[in-house]
Amino acid sequence: MDAGPSVREKKVSSVTEALARNVVESGQRAAARSDTSAGTEKRSATFRVWRGAGPTGELRDYSTSVSEGMVVLDAIHQIQAETAGDLAVRWNCKAGKCGSCSAEINGMPRLMCMTRLSELDLQKPVTVEPMRAFPPVKDLVTDVSSNFRAKKRIRRFTPRPPDAPDGTWRMAQADADRVQEFRKCIECFLCQDVCHVLRDHHLHEQFIGPRLLVHAAQLEMHPLDILDRTDDLKESHGIGYCNITKCCTKVCPENITITDNAIIPLKERVVDKHYDPLGKLVRLVRGRNSADRHQGEVR
Amino acid sequence: MPEYQRHEHDVLVIGAGGAGLRAAIEAAHVGASVGLVCKSLLGKAHTVMAEGGVAAALANVDDRDNWKVHFADTMRGGQYLNNWRMAELHAKEAPDRVRELEAWGTVFDRTPDGRILQRNFGGHKYPRLAHVGDRTGLEMIRTLQDYAIYQPIDVHMECTIVSLLKDGNRIAGAIGYDRERGRFKLFSAKAVVLATGGIGRAYSVTSNSWEYTGDGHALAYNAGAAVQDMEFVQFHPTGMVWPPSVRGILVTEGVRGEGGILVNKEGRRFMFDDIPENYRNQTADSEEEGWRYTQGDKNARRPPELLTRDHVARAIMKEVREGRGSPHGGVFLDISWIRSKLPNSEEHIKKKLPSMYHQFKQLADIDITKEPMEVGPTTHYVMGGVRVDGDTQMSTVPGLFAAGEVGAGLHGANRLGGNSLSDLLVFGMRAGKFAAEYAGRQTAPRADTQQADDIVRVALEPFNRQGGQNGEGPYQVEHDLQAMMQELVGIVRREDEMRRALDSLKALRERARKVSVAGNREYNPGWHTALDLQNLLTVSEIVARAALERKESRGGHFRDDFPEKDPSYGKFNIVIRRGPAGEMQVTREQIPEMRDDLKRIIEENK
Repeated sequence: MDAGPSVREKKVSSVTEALARNVVESGQRAAARSDTSAGTEKRSATFRVWRGAGPTGELRDYSTSVSEGMVVLDAIHQIQAETAGDLAVRWNCKAGKCGSCSAEINGMPRLMCMTRLSELDLQKPVTVEPMRAFPPVKDLVTDVSSNFRAKKRIRRFTPRPPDAPDGTWRMAQADADRVQEFRKCIECFLCQDVCHVLRDHHLHEQFIGPRLLVHAAQLEMHPLDILDRTDDLKESHGIGYCNITKCCTKVCPENITITDNAIIPLKERVVDKHYDPLGKLVRLVRGRNSADRHQGEVR
Repeated sequence: MPEYQRHEHDVLVIGAGGAGLRAAIEAAHVGASVGLVCKSLLGKAHTVMAEGGVAAALANVDDRDNWKVHFADTMRGGQYLNNWRMAELHAKEAPDRVRELEAWGTVFDRTPDGRILQRNFGGHKYPRLAHVGDRTGLEMIRTLQDYAIYQPIDVHMECTIVSLLKDGNRIAGAIGYDRERGRFKLFSAKAVVLATGGIGRAYSVTSNSWEYTGDGHALAYNAGAAVQDMEFVQFHPTGMVWPPSVRGILVTEGVRGEGGILVNKEGRRFMFDDIPENYRNQTADSEEEGWRYTQGDKNARRPPELLTRDHVARAIMKEVREGRGSPHGGVFLDISWIRSKLPNSEEHIKKKLPSMYHQFKQLADIDITKEPMEVGPTTHYVMGGVRVDGDTQMSTVPGLFAAGEVGAGLHGANRLGGNSLSDLLVFGMRAGKFAAEYAGRQTAPRADTQQADDIVRVALEPFNRQGGQNGEGPYQVEHDLQAMMQELVGIVRREDEMRRALDSLKALRERARKVSVAGNREYNPGWHTALDLQNLLTVSEIVARAALERKESRGGHFRDDFPEKDPSYGKFNIVIRRGPAGEMQVTREQIPEMRDDLKRIIEENK
């Protein structure tokens, strides 16, 4: 038994040798990273933060110290702790996973927790404003409830009957991949914020917006779902309002290809069904609806 | 007299993460009128952070798996302090709960024949975690959320509960405030389900979100319910350590499940150096065998990186303490090395661990497909919580239920990765069902409004202290509390340090009593922090007292002054209640004798 550890040691060290070099080197790199900040004095930066209740408010300057690796949300928290205890901000995970801390940083819709100060010019004040497409509540907090209402208007996931005798389904990874992209969405609503239909024209009740179109796409392309939401998309979800400026895709922190992969295919379905006279005729004669088509795709 | 917005429900669910949503859905299915309170917006709860997967013995990848093996794994991981009835129900029901998610829209990763794919995880004998890349929690909460919004459930978003209300001995509802306007809401309910999550914000290095201030633990304790196992706090072995502002953010165990290895600054794979006796038969004895295991070889045993979290966290601490750590006080976690094994390793890593890839790229400028990460332990989970009946999830207060992290019992002294998501589903469902049934048998309780008025008066006090001479704000007190708990009641504990912690808590409580907040009641984080602070102080003291009482080392609880496991401590749970004079009463409660059939299962799986 006592021979065990030394035998083990031998096996281990032979495999780790090549690795050790890599680790030692990256350790040196890691150490170097922190040295650059340890050597310099603590700097400070100015944050120009929107303060206000309801529609009225103003940008106010706060100065706070910055250290290596800080993100905008850290600065906001420091400002809260130091000078503005009642500064309202939403945040939860601080890891880019919950989509709560959406704001406009130097005019760009971003997550505060994923925006590092090192990407910003700290010689000038950093502007931090709430998402402007939504009614302001207080400071950086806005009323995003329209998004929750819009989701309820989309008809719910409705699966086909289970395939297998054990009551479960079979689906290929390739089919899962297609909708998994859409299901990555963290509901930060930055795409809604930047969409001109919502931001400039305030058509929140007529147009569900990119986030909810991604949700609809996820349902429409879900390998198990059998509903056809094409009519809804055209009539009540206002998909026609989108004129494919792709701003939503640009700001998505999850890098979902919103316009090309979600919205355009949905638009194509609407066009196929409503504006293609030949297809309409064929459907009329054969009495087929898209639920059949959908099932055909899966099998 | 304060004004209230009044709401009436059969069942009030407090917390809208996985457990709360599942409970609300079930209670609605049974036909109860349901209110669901979220501290944040719907869908933002801490469940979104869960990465690795949900443990269920589906046996899709390895047909040797079944509920018995899952049960035995869970008990072994929990060092046999688990509520064995919960461990049994959990192992039996998790597969159905996972399949049900699929019926509600979850798109899990697939096996080549199109079934739900399962991955390896620490302490699980077979590949058992159904997953979606490394964002399983997000997928799960979104599925439950998108299912729940079509159910008859009243959702109260951005609402924080400050106290439960009672009618005599039984539960009568709760009182809280809405964040937007600061108005008080009075909920009358025949049954209340706590699903508030954990206590991670009591520590400075944590993977937990701001909401994790032990609200449910404190609400239950204040209402007279017993809490147990609170000495068992799980420090996840791999949190980010650099840069400082991201310290504590989780690095999923999935990295190790996919073949990632832990090495010290000398490049030594130190996890092979110390393998606990009870896991020796299940652990690989060469790197080569460990690699084969991560690639699905059924004849290989798991690499030591996939030992239980308590063990891995302590092994990392040891390397750091003995001077073999990484530059920023952690060790290296390397997945990039698999390029020597897989030709397309970079694409493979990005596909299997997409959020980890982005997290390190964006927050630390590190490409994990090319170089190692620096990682160290981070406060992650509390095994302890409200003491509940294993079948119904009802606490010692009639009508008060608890599910998910705020409940205790399933995990014993240490939780296995993947068992929390299944916990949420299995016991969320049970709590919702039994709460609804209980409510159906009750007449409407009468909440004492005098009680509510007093709570509101106390909650508003920080505003009245505005401009006073002791005008300290809540953030500094919270910060000092977190630093103190990290240092004195953290991953390695000692009697003298914990005594000092109790003294500090007394002083911090005094400071908290005097904090003042600026501004008004509308969306005021200073005020919210002042109120959350009360809960943090309560749970911190409970943790410290429980940790003092357990004079041994076991699972998530490690005593430097009692480094060995003591079998006599394996027979009871440490239970804490509020005494008649408001003092904390610490008792030891015997664990009921396990059923013989379950004992046999454990023997067979030794």
